[in-house]
Amino acid sequence: MATNAAQKLTRKDFVSDQDVRWCPGCGDYSILAQVQKIMPEIGVSRENTVFISGIGCSSRFPYYMNTYGFHTIHGRAPASATGLKVSRPDLSVWVVTGDGDGLSIGGNHLLHALRRNVDLKILLFNNRIYGLTKGQYSPTSELGKVTKSTPAGSADHPVNPLLFALGVDASFIARTIDVEAKHQQDILTRAANHRGAAFVEILQNCNVFNDGAFASLTDRELKSDTQLLLENGKPMIFGKNKDRGIRLRGMSPEVVTLGNGITADDLLVHDENDPVLGFMLSRLAQPAFPMPLGVIRATNKVTFDAAMNSQIQDAMAKSGDGDIDKLLRSGDVWTVQ
Amino acid sequence: MATSPVGVLPPKPVVERDNVVIRFAGDSGDGMQVTGMQFTNESVFAGNEIGTLPDFPAEIRAPTGTLYGVSAFQVNFSSQSVYTPGDDLDALVVMNPAALKTNLADLKQNGLLILDKAEFNEPNLKKAQYAKSPLDDGSLDKYQLYPVEITKMTTLALKDMNLPNRSVMRCRNFFALGVVSWLYNRPIEPTVKWITERFKKNTEVLEANTLALKAGYNLGENTELFASSYDIKPAKIAPGLYRNITGNTATAIGFVAAAKKAGLPLFLGSYPITPASDVLHDLSTLKNFNVYTFQAEDEIAGIGSALGAAFGGSIAITTTSGPGMNLKAETIGLAAVVELPLIITNIQRSGPSTGMPTKPEQSDLLQALYGRHGEAPLPVIAASSPADCFFAAYEAVRIAVKYMTPVILLTDGYLANASEPWLLPSSADLPEVNVEFRTDPQGFFPYLRDEDTLARPWVRPGTPGLEHRVGGLEKDYLTGNISYAPSNHEQMVRVRYRKMAKITQDIPPTKINGPESGKLLIIGWGSTYGSITAAVKGFQEQGKSVSHIHLRHLNPLPADLGDILSRFEKILVPEMNMGQLLRVLRAEYLVDAVGLNKIQGRPFKVSEITARISRMLEE
Repeated sequence: MATNAAQKLTRKDFVSDQDVRWCPGCGDYSILAQVQKIMPEIGVSRENTVFISGIGCSSRFPYYMNTYGFHTIHGRAPASATGLKVSRPDLSVWVVTGDGDGLSIGGNHLLHALRRNVDLKILLFNNRIYGLTKGQYSPTSELGKVTKSTPAGSADHPVNPLLFALGVDASFIARTIDVEAKHQQDILTRAANHRGAAFVEILQNCNVFNDGAFASLTDRELKSDTQLLLENGKPMIFGKNKDRGIRLRGMSPEVVTLGNGITADDLLVHDENDPVLGFMLSRLAQPAFPMPLGVIRATNKVTFDAAMNSQIQDAMAKSGDGDIDKLLRSGDVWTVQ
Repeated sequence: MATSPVGVLPPKPVVERDNVVIRFAGDSGDGMQVTGMQFTNESVFAGNEIGTLPDFPAEIRAPTGTLYGVSAFQVNFSSQSVYTPGDDLDALVVMNPAALKTNLADLKQNGLLILDKAEFNEPNLKKAQYAKSPLDDGSLDKYQLYPVEITKMTTLALKDMNLPNRSVMRCRNFFALGVVSWLYNRPIEPTVKWITERFKKNTEVLEANTLALKAGYNLGENTELFASSYDIKPAKIAPGLYRNITGNTATAIGFVAAAKKAGLPLFLGSYPITPASDVLHDLSTLKNFNVYTFQAEDEIAGIGSALGAAFGGSIAITTTSGPGMNLKAETIGLAAVVELPLIITNIQRSGPSTGMPTKPEQSDLLQALYGRHGEAPLPVIAASSPADCFFAAYEAVRIAVKYMTPVILLTDGYLANASEPWLLPSSADLPEVNVEFRTDPQGFFPYLRDEDTLARPWVRPGTPGLEHRVGGLEKDYLTGNISYAPSNHEQMVRVRYRKMAKITQDIPPTKINGPESGKLLIIGWGSTYGSITAAVKGFQEQGKSVSHIHLRHLNPLPADLGDILSRFEKILVPEMNMGQLLRVLRAEYLVDAVGLNKIQGRPFKVSEITARISRMLEE
């Protein structure tokens, strides 16, 4: 941080010398570009930044960042990132994972990293398919998904990443989408500035094995009706003419059209600090509802790494820096003449 | 010493013994571990050499009185050198019929058998599956039987305190300890001191236990229960400062000492598992040594977090037992190819699967050596005694950082819980643990190797100009960039093997206990050290040609080992497995070594090794 404060870094400073090997047209390219773009803005240096990944297409990410990086094993990136962040709280540690890596084989580690509130920035690229192993369904694939491994359609119900994160009380939960560069940058910057585990689901198109998975969200004609862009403290309005909104009827949300006595005052107002609202928003799905994008939840709680380090500092303050000879001679000792 | 009414009885004769092996056995709620540990303390203060073996069930609180709820603690105390907790028992103290049933087979003929008479009642006999009381059927005739009214006498001793029966029953173990302390002329002051310290916040329990202890002692002194008492003279022990230490505590402080010597934080990522958890517990109390302990969500996260910490520049440790090693295997492979220092500690237990979690075995050696996919050789280091766990742990760290490699440290459930007096080293005498992080960007490549060690540079994230990426994909020999080049892969596999071979330069010449060549060589590793040493000593005292070497380094093997093996007519490899080191030695050196194998979840008895050696000498 201190070293490079004088000279302003640019996006290029975060581009490594390695060739990017994702398929042409992959949504990952845009995510890489946005991450590299916001890096100079969030005030960390290259040397103090570490990207850690598991296995999968998304997990190649660290090789392309000109920072420190660790490409670990399938699903386990949150565990390695936790060990690193706890022992090196001075570093900015990012985890890059996918729907298979983070929610199938690594679901357990993701759960614990989020509930412990380790100060990690966790980017989950959700393309609802297994890319690297060439096209099997993933835990976020829709029910009945026909793939190479499920010719008769998948029989399992998908996991909703946002609900998962809410369920373990993550302190920062957001959703964005690969093609919306500006929105992505805003959300990534928010995540970077959050103190604690920041979970960002990035909807990402796999143009080889699951092309068009989010087509209705990205189609220029449709997207203003299918995206619900959340802003804290603002009523939930969407639609090409900004004339539609989300209203609460009893305990259930409904889509209403403004006019005919319905005004913005009748609509739900987004509150990032309200977990109940977070649950409701996370469940909104097409076609009945627009897809919420933005920060679903942001709240403050003590981070795991800070708590662990303060325990060590307290112990040192109380007992002094440990002395090995004293440790060896602790307990019942006796002298033989 | 406890006060006793002087002159009530004439002093009883004292019989001198060189060596006594005693076992306390009772229900897991009877406090047998405490009793055994306090008896050990008393023996230490009496100046004896000691060896101990706790033996407890996996069930935390098994139903009272059942066979599977029996907990025991064995102490070998002597005026001579002690290498093991002892073979057959000279004395057995049992608190109930179940304890008698599960332990009697180990008692020598004519051995002392002390039991709590009142506990041999109908319901307890039934729970221990005795059709009729062994007190009545003559089956105990070959022992010196002392049916002591432990429960009744404890109740009497505490009568004035008006305690609930439950509390009284909890003092029985101290009454029994008092009796045995008198019988073997042990000072009870260390136990009084321990009780005072342990229960300082509960004066009622403090007083009750002290009373029970003294009442037991006085019973021996003042009644005709025992015709004589025994004395075991102090042993000739090297002068210095001593501490009684278990293998797990020694392991924990060995890591701390090494990290401190290196001037780095220690990070332990671990998931609780028997018998390894005490290392986690111990380290979690040492935060002021800059020790991070992370109780992870599972075994995989335990090692994963440790590897992350190693990447960050900490001395990184993970601890587990057998089943956990399987779960960690993938990450061990990753650590091997990213070439980061990391200590994987396997405190072995009886397997496979859940097996017998509280019982030791040496059956994970081949797993440690070969249990990974791909070509992933790693240094493997084993501890040979409880105190030796300190030095083995220390050595594991030293090798790991010097050669930039994960190291597997093997101990076992016996070493973990057994204890021995330890002549304390001084930190100044410990070898250096040198860590130099690379900071110079000039000519830096992530896989540029040191010529002497073939270690790649260790770079702490946060170092400007050295930003780089590592990962599980095969990498270029120099730059570390992803490479699928066929010849590069072979070169990388070979250099990782060559690096292991380099470690032999750090292994001192093998110490041979006995003649440098001759008739019979015994090779062991790990916790068999004590039993083998004691057995070999017996033959050497008779002038027989029997030598012993005990391997600390299982990979790489010492450079001089092949030559040593060639100098002996016969080679015997005792192991608590089906012959794992044996297989390695036969494969590596083409020697016709034979195995002595015991797979009972128990350490070797000295007599078992002695019998085999005798046979081999006769053949």
